[in-house]
Amino acid sequence: MESRGGIDAPPCSRRLALLRYRAIDFTKPPHLNQVSPRETARACAIDVEHLVKRFPNQPRDVIHRMSFTVPQRQCVSLLGPSGCGKTTLLRLLMGIEQLSEGRVSIDPNLAGHLSYVFQEPRLVPWRTSFENVRLPLELTGAASGETSDEIEALLGSLGLAERVSNFPKELSGGMQMRVSLARALITKPKILLLDEPFAALDERTRFRLQDLLLDLRARLDLQYVFVTHSISEAVYLGDRVLLMDRTGQIDTDQTIEFATRDQSLKLTPAFNEHVSAFARRFTELEAA
Amino acid sequence: MIAMLRNRLPAWIFLFGLLAVWETIVRSGWVASYLLPAPSDVYATTLELWPEIWNATLSTLSSIVWGLSASFSLGVTLAIGFFAVPILRRAILPFCLFFQTVPIIAIAPLLVIWFGFGETTVRASAFIVSLFPILANTLTGLQETDPLLREMFALHRPTKWKMISKLQIPSAIPYILTGLRISVGLATIGAIVGEFIAGGGLGSLIDSARTQQRVDLVFSGVMASSVLALLLVLTIDLISGLLLRRRPYTRSA
Repeated sequence: MESRGGIDAPPCSRRLALLRYRAIDFTKPPHLNQVSPRETARACAIDVEHLVKRFPNQPRDVIHRMSFTVPQRQCVSLLGPSGCGKTTLLRLLMGIEQLSEGRVSIDPNLAGHLSYVFQEPRLVPWRTSFENVRLPLELTGAASGETSDEIEALLGSLGLAERVSNFPKELSGGMQMRVSLARALITKPKILLLDEPFAALDERTRFRLQDLLLDLRARLDLQYVFVTHSISEAVYLGDRVLLMDRTGQIDTDQTIEFATRDQSLKLTPAFNEHVSAFARRFTELEAA
Repeated sequence: MIAMLRNRLPAWIFLFGLLAVWETIVRSGWVASYLLPAPSDVYATTLELWPEIWNATLSTLSSIVWGLSASFSLGVTLAIGFFAVPILRRAILPFCLFFQTVPIIAIAPLLVIWFGFGETTVRASAFIVSLFPILANTLTGLQETDPLLREMFALHRPTKWKMISKLQIPSAIPYILTGLRISVGLATIGAIVGEFIAGGGLGSLIDSARTQQRVDLVFSGVMASSVLALLLVLTIDLISGLLLRRRPYTRSA
């Protein structure tokens, strides 16, 4: 594995690095601090530049001068030891947290099409699966008569056709997570930000949902940033794996290329080589 | 069934034991019947004057329902208003404590001066004492929404009203029902006290029985008001159960 302590930047990031630094309007969510359309003709999907996040009363920055770019269509796994700031980074990308310094830019063509999947399903307990999926449309005023068919089709495609009228407490953990995924997908996102969504699930369900995510990516032309602390999951789901360390920086940036991805891939030497290499570095980072 | 019987049986045995001891004490002359009538006498009086007691109970029930409906509507509306406009809460809520602390027996004569003798005063009395629990519980429910759900909603940048109507009000429903349960007992007290002063209903029946030294009738009136309050609490419990069975309004999944 190479490029420890730095970023193996894709070519587009070098171009973006030439862009003039501008002051950030902290009152806006990060994805509204966009680059201009002229710049985006050559821009990446996500551009993070000298990003700093510090919380009050904490001795060190959670994210410290982090820079990286994500080209369009690339799916990134964000890996790292507990407490290294993976979730914070994802929340900064979504605009849930305000950044302290630096810049996060999302391509304007994609900026309105971000969706976020939390670690917990966070379903509204008094709403059925159908109503939970409909919620983002109701909140944004986008719900219409035709959306009912869309929601039912989406839930059906996630294997929940029989569970449309069930309340969350009547669903298993895996089903709840699929409803949560459907809720994120109903707004037709182009970038999906997922924060360890499968962490609390049993292994079989987890594998099924990993394949479901790969399938959705292919069918819906999605790209995603996937936070996980499972090395195998990170390698399986990511075109690229960013390994964060506890200083709030990216330790390793590795592109992962496989011709096809299904669960049998996990038995191949190439896959396990990647996993072993990340595992070694992961252990070193945890010990540090 | 057996478990339910085992659960309830001690209470029934205690009740019948108590009535038996009470009956024995009065019949044997240890306590004068004009001070403490025997249960059998209270039962006989209740049967004898049932039409009067029934009409008085209906009149009290009507006042309670009126008072409770008014306090429910105003309490929930005020709580939503206080929640949506914090400055309103800071300005007015401290004075709403008046409704919690005011001794209704002290204010009832004032109500008679304002509204005269009759139902209006009784309804106002039931309303005043039952307002605060509904208001306070609703406000607590609105404020104590699950922060994880709040964050999830905020992702979609909803308007303030959408946030209140789709998250905060449904989250507050269990709290509102608890407030209603507390208020129904208080509304019964308020109505009876109002009737003592303004006339009508069970309060008036108990008061006039007292002036006639009909302690057995006083007991009948007290029993009727207790049973009425109990039935109202059970009705609220039934409605809550049906509502929560249809939709699980809980704070978090």
